[in-house]
Amino acid sequence: MMRGLPFTASRHGGFTTLFQKEILRFWKVSFQTIASPVLNALLYLLIFSHVLESRVTVFGGQVRYTEFLIPGLVMMSVLQNSFANASSSLIQSKITGNLIFILLPPLSPLDFYAAYVLGAMVRGVAVGAGVFLVTLAFEPTLAVLAHPLWALAFALLGSGILATLGLIAGMQADKFDEIAAFQNFLIMPLTFLSGVFYSIHSLPAFWQTLSHFNPFFYMIDGFRYGFFGLSDVHPAQSLALVALAAVLLAALALTLLARGYKLRH
Amino acid sequence: MTDAVEVRAVARRFGSVQALAGVDLSVAQGEFFGLLGPNGAGKTTLISILAGLVRADRGVARVLGHDVASDYRQARRALGVVPQELVFDPFFTVRETLRIQSGYFGLRRNDAWIDELLHHLDLTSKADANMRSLSGGMKRRVLVGQALVHKPPVIVLDEPTAGVDVELRQSLWAFIRRLNGDGHTIILTTHYLEEAEALCHRIAMMKAGRIVALDTTQRLLSRFGSLTVRLSASRVPEAWRAHVTRDEGEVHYLELDAYAELEGLLAALREDGIAIDEMRVAGTDLEQAFLRIMAGSATTDDAGVAAVLPEA
Repeated sequence: MMRGLPFTASRHGGFTTLFQKEILRFWKVSFQTIASPVLNALLYLLIFSHVLESRVTVFGGQVRYTEFLIPGLVMMSVLQNSFANASSSLIQSKITGNLIFILLPPLSPLDFYAAYVLGAMVRGVAVGAGVFLVTLAFEPTLAVLAHPLWALAFALLGSGILATLGLIAGMQADKFDEIAAFQNFLIMPLTFLSGVFYSIHSLPAFWQTLSHFNPFFYMIDGFRYGFFGLSDVHPAQSLALVALAAVLLAALALTLLARGYKLRH
Repeated sequence: MTDAVEVRAVARRFGSVQALAGVDLSVAQGEFFGLLGPNGAGKTTLISILAGLVRADRGVARVLGHDVASDYRQARRALGVVPQELVFDPFFTVRETLRIQSGYFGLRRNDAWIDELLHHLDLTSKADANMRSLSGGMKRRVLVGQALVHKPPVIVLDEPTAGVDVELRQSLWAFIRRLNGDGHTIILTTHYLEEAEALCHRIAMMKAGRIVALDTTQRLLSRFGSLTVRLSASRVPEAWRAHVTRDEGEVHYLELDAYAELEGLLAALREDGIAIDEMRVAGTDLEQAFLRIMAGSATTDDAGVAAVLPEA
């Protein structure tokens, strides 16, 4: 028996386990969490490229529409799945009550934040990579990126931002309904209207201006720059804005976690 | 020696409800301590403050000397909590659940102890079963395992046997007793007063966010328990009529406050020349003590409450 001796505190905290648990959680239902979003993106590609390939000109004709569309779909999948993973994991734990297993151990707010966000990023990037690989079958030339590091930087930052938003939404929400509302009324419109399916230069002036207030626009535009070396906005400007948003949201999430906002009462 | 649990002037309000209204409590290391009280008395709030799930509005709570807010890492390492709700993570098997919980405490190679826990909780054959497939009693045992996975010196069980069948209850208590024998401090809340009576050395009774009685189980029983005397005799001496709760012909039921009163009753019977045909004395139990304390404290003011707090 245990003879009253607690284990000595190990140097490594609980972060690694929480991170692994977050990955294991979606991996165990990977058909739903990875395969089905990949299929969704593929359907968008088939439909939109079929209808629009010969009618839409982007970047002054330097890039065909289908080529243009694919990075948008990859990034959209990264963003949506990062958000979905963090938010649904947290709300499920809150509603079923098993969040207590994470609240009782000596996990710091930073452990908590890093594990949820990195776990969600792994899912977002996995889905994005899946979409990219499948779409390469249609556009093999895309395998060679103009600036792969730019693409990676935007994918990771965008994924981190959406994962953080998902974490905040998961903390804020008390019901699945509220997560769905957040997703359908905020995340979906912002991604769809961010230039996934079109270049904002094809929009009337008013909508072009408005698009510049959509933070998702910079993520997708910068990510696309990584593929073609072409973008609507200078990529350094996009990167600065996206990085700033990531830092601010991380600070907000960490503050809420330290206060135990809607987690500890 | 540092107290296992130390609570000083802890108060917490939820909206208009004063869940805890200034609680002081010390539990020594190695104690088997009971926390009793009706629903809404504040037991779970108090435990939740110790576990860091709820924050106190004021006051201090420490586990093995570690403040639950400022030194939460050490405080949480020292504490194992079996929650009241039957919660589980449906994604994982029993072994995964225990491994993950262990990892949260920074213990990554803990399989020997996990195997031992599975054995003691009679879960070895279910180690690879998904949590969803387990019966309520088995899920409860996994919760106990999760609370013990980091070998906490202080173990809190919040109504652990609610809805659990008798056989499991017995084996669970045998296990918890052994942990206590090994030096672990046990704090138990329960609705089953006979359980508290059988297990706990010392008991705090709570009502409306306050501790209204705190003493050893034995002393609470002798102070607040009562005796029922079943007396077969032609009549009851006049002076003792006030104690009679029921008459069934020549069988009379009397309620006494303590064994000491029996002597007076016997003396009165002898003086009045009443022959005793038969006499049975039914002992005191914690339930009676509990009911009397709860009823009594309803009308006592703070001074009155202090009178039943010999250690406060």
